[in-house]
Amino acid sequence: MAPFDPLLALLGGALIGVASVLLMMLTGRIAGISGILGGLLAPGAKDKAWRIAFVVGLIAAPLIFAAMGRSLAVPDMPASWLVVAAAGLLVGFGTRLGSGCTSGHGVCGIARLSPRSIVATAIFMVAAVATVAIMRHGLGG
Amino acid sequence: MNIVASLVCGLIFGAGLVISGMTQPAKVLGFLDIFGRWDPTLAFVIAGAIAVSAAGFALARRAGAPVFAARHLWPTRKDIDRPLVAGALLFGVGWGLVGLCPGPAVVNIATLSPRLLLFVLAMIAGMALQGWRQSRADTTASRADGGITLAPTDG
Repeated sequence: MAPFDPLLALLGGALIGVASVLLMMLTGRIAGISGILGGLLAPGAKDKAWRIAFVVGLIAAPLIFAAMGRSLAVPDMPASWLVVAAAGLLVGFGTRLGSGCTSGHGVCGIARLSPRSIVATAIFMVAAVATVAIMRHGLGG
Repeated sequence: MNIVASLVCGLIFGAGLVISGMTQPAKVLGFLDIFGRWDPTLAFVIAGAIAVSAAGFALARRAGAPVFAARHLWPTRKDIDRPLVAGALLFGVGWGLVGLCPGPAVVNIATLSPRLLLFVLAMIAGMALQGWRQSRADTTASRADGGITLAPTDG
């Protein structure tokens, strides 16, 4: 695993910010990934083209880095198949029920100082930290 | 043009996730593991993203209409309701189990990792399930009050 690099982290974060601002300035949309994906699943929705284009951009990004010689790192997922499937279900269902994920609430929402997004981000951060604590260190540490 | 703009934004967003290391679940879990060997990367990524977004959104509000659309679709809701709290809680648990949220999950599709693809399929199933529940609730509500306006989501 790559060591902590504060400059790369800030640069990567800044790019995410640039993408969110550009999407709003050009298309008027919030760059929330779960919202963009959720809109693709709604039957009969008419605004699917821009959503598909954004998702294609996301998928293509690491391929462009790979073409420039950077290795396409396979994500390290040591959890069992059952846990992976359960986690995917929870992430999909939870982000739609809570109308946002790390990007929509955590980045765009906090940048707008939205009370809903600040509350949602605090809750999913605490829930994730608690889950990791239990999974890695057991109940009661 | 809307489509080209969205594609470019998706590319930049994905590049940000790749460069910052957030496509690696191990880095994300390293941040969430405050009782282990803590990795502060995610805090720096979010701080960088929020700083640029806050400044850029302020400019966007002053600049008038978007270039390729009639108006900005800013989320308008302010109420803290039960679905928001319950959804964030469920999402947080899922995120903590494997270290993937929707953006990095999608960016990783190109690796064709079987576990990753299972996660993405399960995530889509979870989204579809909530979409189905919501559309049922909306149908019931529109029958009850004779026509509804859909509440805009946050992201």
